[in-house]
Amino acid sequence: MAKKGDWVRIYNIVLKSSERAPQVPDDTKKVPLEMWDKGFLINENAEIGDQVEVETYIGRRIKGQLLEIDPYYTHSYGKSVPELLYIGRQLRGILEGGEDNE
Amino acid sequence: MNKDMSYKSVMERKNEIMKKAVGIDYEAFETKGIRFDYNDMMHKTGYDLSEIQRTQKETGIGNTPLLELKNITKLARKFAPEGKGARIFIKDEASNPSGSYKARRAATSVYHAKKNGYKGVIAATSGNYGAAVASQAAMLGLKCIIVQECYDSRGVGQPEIVEKARKCEAYGAEVLQLTVGPELFYTFLKLLEETGYFNASLYTPFGIAGVETLGYEIAMQFRELEGRDPDVVVATNAGGGNLTGTARGLIKAGADNVEIIGASVNLKGLHMASDTQFNKKSFTTGHTGFGIPFATWPDRSDVPRSAARPLRYMDRYVTVNQGEVFYITEALAQVEGLERGPAGNTSLAAAFSIAQELDEDKIIVVQETEYTGAGKHIQPQLSFAKDNGVDIKIGDPKDEVAGENIILPKDPSFIKVDDLDLEKIKKSYIKNCLKNNEDIEITEKDIEFLAEDTKSSKEFVISMIEKLKDN
Repeated sequence: MAKKGDWVRIYNIVLKSSERAPQVPDDTKKVPLEMWDKGFLINENAEIGDQVEVETYIGRRIKGQLLEIDPYYTHSYGKSVPELLYIGRQLRGILEGGEDNE
Repeated sequence: MNKDMSYKSVMERKNEIMKKAVGIDYEAFETKGIRFDYNDMMHKTGYDLSEIQRTQKETGIGNTPLLELKNITKLARKFAPEGKGARIFIKDEASNPSGSYKARRAATSVYHAKKNGYKGVIAATSGNYGAAVASQAAMLGLKCIIVQECYDSRGVGQPEIVEKARKCEAYGAEVLQLTVGPELFYTFLKLLEETGYFNASLYTPFGIAGVETLGYEIAMQFRELEGRDPDVVVATNAGGGNLTGTARGLIKAGADNVEIIGASVNLKGLHMASDTQFNKKSFTTGHTGFGIPFATWPDRSDVPRSAARPLRYMDRYVTVNQGEVFYITEALAQVEGLERGPAGNTSLAAAFSIAQELDEDKIIVVQETEYTGAGKHIQPQLSFAKDNGVDIKIGDPKDEVAGENIILPKDPSFIKVDDLDLEKIKKSYIKNCLKNNEDIEITEKDIEFLAEDTKSSKEFVISMIEKLKDN
């Protein structure tokens, strides 16, 4: 349950699939144009999935479906990419003259 | 306010909305026909170089280090013919407050918005420019909204773009994120209309004039360091502003003989507005998906006339593959001790190859770097590629098929630029000019304009027009 003033993430459909611009490729035309934004909840209380109103960080009021309370970033440095590991050793080898590449 | 907010209706109000949001009367520089007065537009609506330098200094922009990449040069020479292998330098633009040269581009727009009483600024960008606008807005006390194309229809966002959103929010901006599609422009227009904020477009004279300090600094720093101008400057090319501004700055410094080379990542075959292909690409900027359409039709941008006109200044245009850029990014960290974001290293990959064509005493400059971090680093980008079904291989990058695989070069000798046919690109720009002015008779002045706008001659333009008529 979100309370008034909570920092939340909301969601909206901007254009339905049928309303999309004519120049859009077919695969994109099949799906709606969606948007996400964040703000402080204006409603007294709300559950995930409710239509709510928020005040964005710069003070704009917008409406949308409540998606997350206290949203946070989960992006990272990714998983191990062993394919990259040869590069540094190879280059150091070449610079030190250890490989016959000339 | 009971305005019709439908797609059609908002798009129809485009000119009216833009006029208020940019504050430039583009019509003042128009004449009937193809041409417009580019130089007059840059001169009358912009700021002069010294004023831009002063304002950029106030917000900590510029005077970034110029570094000689001695080990990368040494590597290039190992693979170059005897006596070849130019000295490679890099302008470390990651040292700007927002972590890229884009701080320069944002500075003048935000300064202008503040001076003219706008309460806030809006920019549509998924790249470093958003962070730059947000950072400048924070310094000058303006509000900021960044509109991003961020997710596909599964709600999956590229780590690089998600990181940019985080950075914008760190500077107090509102970030409105969208799924894939050109209707981002519709959302952008609605926001401009609703807020009355300034359109900090990448393509106004402010955005381009801000980059001129970069070209100017390169010339000045080389004269101090080496007593001469560099021979070649390589600029990563997307919408054209980076190359245009840098070249104009070099010219303003009197460095007229520098060869200007544009470099893009080859993303041939991937449609930029495709929902299913969106997450198949590992470069969100600096690629041919922007580079080619903006070179062949600069006025497709979000203002009536783009101030970014790369064909005016470009002497050569090359592409590199994704795998080559990732490899050189790792090389920059491993042998030069500089961990920087991959997108900015597109021109470094190109420079590594081009240096091998030039004599040892020549100087080649990579004119930018960008910050790196979680999401915006080769490791998350490659692991994201794998998660989206793209194979990572080690081999010959020439075999790379964008969207299917990324091929890291077996060794540095496999880093080789591909030259694009610049004449063909110029022809296609001229073709677009004719197509968009079908009912107008082409005058001598139009031909002069096209010659200038394509860095060619009147004879070239006339012969192209004749060829196009024959087809």
